[in-house]
Amino acid sequence: MFLSLLLLLQAPSTSTLGTANPVSIAMFFLFVAVTLYITYWAAKKTKTGSEFYAAGRNISGFQNGLALAGDYMSAASFLGIAGMVATKGYDGLIYSIGFLVGWPLIMFLIAEPLRNLGKYTFADVVAFRLRQRPIRIVSSVGSLLTIAFYLIAQMVGAGGLIKTLFGLDYEIAVVVVGCVMTLYVLFGGMIATTWVQIIKAVLLLSGATVLVLLSLAKFGFSPANLLETVSRQYGQEMLSPGGYITNPFDALSLGLALMLGTAGLPHILMRFYTVPDAKAARKSVFVATGFIGYFYLLTFLIGFSAMALVGKPAIEGIDKGGNMAALLLAEQTGGTAFLGFIAAVAFATILAVVAGLTLSGASSISHDLYVHVFKNGVSNEKGEMKVARRATIALGILSIVLGLVFKGQNVAFMVGLAFSIAASANFPALLMSIIWKRFTTKGAVWSIATGAALSLILIVLSPTIMVDIMGYDEAIFPLKNPALVSMSGAFLMGIVVSLLQPEESAALKFESEKLRTYLGVGAE
Amino acid sequence: MMTPETQQPHEILDSPDFKKLVKKRWSVSLVLTFTMLLVYFGFLLTVAFNKQVLATRIGEYTTLAIPIGLGIILFAWVLTGIYVFWANSDYDTSVQNLKNKIQ
Repeated sequence: MFLSLLLLLQAPSTSTLGTANPVSIAMFFLFVAVTLYITYWAAKKTKTGSEFYAAGRNISGFQNGLALAGDYMSAASFLGIAGMVATKGYDGLIYSIGFLVGWPLIMFLIAEPLRNLGKYTFADVVAFRLRQRPIRIVSSVGSLLTIAFYLIAQMVGAGGLIKTLFGLDYEIAVVVVGCVMTLYVLFGGMIATTWVQIIKAVLLLSGATVLVLLSLAKFGFSPANLLETVSRQYGQEMLSPGGYITNPFDALSLGLALMLGTAGLPHILMRFYTVPDAKAARKSVFVATGFIGYFYLLTFLIGFSAMALVGKPAIEGIDKGGNMAALLLAEQTGGTAFLGFIAAVAFATILAVVAGLTLSGASSISHDLYVHVFKNGVSNEKGEMKVARRATIALGILSIVLGLVFKGQNVAFMVGLAFSIAASANFPALLMSIIWKRFTTKGAVWSIATGAALSLILIVLSPTIMVDIMGYDEAIFPLKNPALVSMSGAFLMGIVVSLLQPEESAALKFESEKLRTYLGVGAE
Repeated sequence: MMTPETQQPHEILDSPDFKKLVKKRWSVSLVLTFTMLLVYFGFLLTVAFNKQVLATRIGEYTTLAIPIGLGIILFAWVLTGIYVFWANSDYDTSVQNLKNKIQ
């Protein structure tokens, strides 16, 4: 079965994809060896809660910017968006723009108040002036749901990708990814995770840059020549928006999910606690936005180069979604060795993202649930660390199990769902707690619960699941992504419930916390 | 009796300088936020309702959609740059002035 798949993969072209590539295996072992050594080094510095969750708040703004980029740029966006451009043309760019435009909003609305008010998780900020228990419970549900769906999508993607890249069994790939990322987080906490993400970001950005340069060299370094080739081979319609967006409400809903979901991703928000102050937090968003934007520019050029040089039929012959476009292009322009390098970079990319997700999931369990729900906020640091490490192991095992359970399933929708929950459950409550004086505990609980529940229910009733997966002719809910309805519902619930039952103490504390929010007085 | 330089936290909170700072911070943030929303959703709605405009050629093969799409990415980054520039110069100075009064 495995062999026949391998043959199938190789059949349409002369690519060495799917066979053991010595360069990629060497590169991969080098990456794992270096990052495990960093983990060993980080483990010695990871004793306290602040070190485990927030790298001792010693990461500089620039470093954190790179780490944020490394946390955010997934293999899905590297291979997926390049593949989308390679097979569908311009439409791939519309998608990547959606993934970028949330970053300025993080800067303008969230980053600095988050850094000043919180400690380790975004729930710190929501719970700051509200009643701890109910807020911690619902916000950890919002966090963990977001992380779970994102993690499943990454693990299943990782298994399939590694199988195609190295010819390794899906199951072995999932177990390897799960174990290595658990080691990073368990022993090295945020310090190791940060450096894994920084190294990955540098590798990914430089690898993609070299790939673009090698490709453009074939067009006399002129993007216009590249576009001309694309237009002549596959038609001028490749160079402008096609069938990706037809229904304006669909466009609006997916746009909202991508944009505001970015500002509600727990593993991204958590990174702002690793810098010393609000000033460094804002610098890190600027750096991250620059690198991520540059990266999407590269994936756009990689996609068109693959279309022109490798050809659509060859790309679609290996993977219908075009996910192997960047790798085929690497082989064509730089030979087997370069393919091995890019393949190893893709693997490193997955590890860095899942490590960030696991760390933020573990923090939600130990910091939000264990300390603030079960221990009523009385934190015994030793006990909390023990729980955090157990939660890391549990999440590591869970992600391996989920990766195996969902093998061969269509999980592409889970990234969209994770963004929808982040945009609907996490973002509205976080934003309202920062800017709205009359926001109450009940308002927050209802807002988060509504956002999460509507996202889950509506995605099941949407064409994404009912038509594409279950095979019905029509869906009950018309939009492919529920964010337009679920996020509006979350805001509306939060506002209405808060206005119906004012919470005097929360409003008073909003005033007194202002010195901390705006001047950073008393920030941790 | 307090010296005029030293103020209690609640006095800072009630001071016109602090109120001005908070107001200005959100004015800048909201203007930048709405600019980003306008540009992004303007683009999406153009794609949804008026694709042909974006297919207009501006070079031999290059379409209007390409510089606009890549321009939005650049624009988003420039907006974050504008905010950092404003915050580092204007906002941080006011914050420091107010913090000096607390002690």
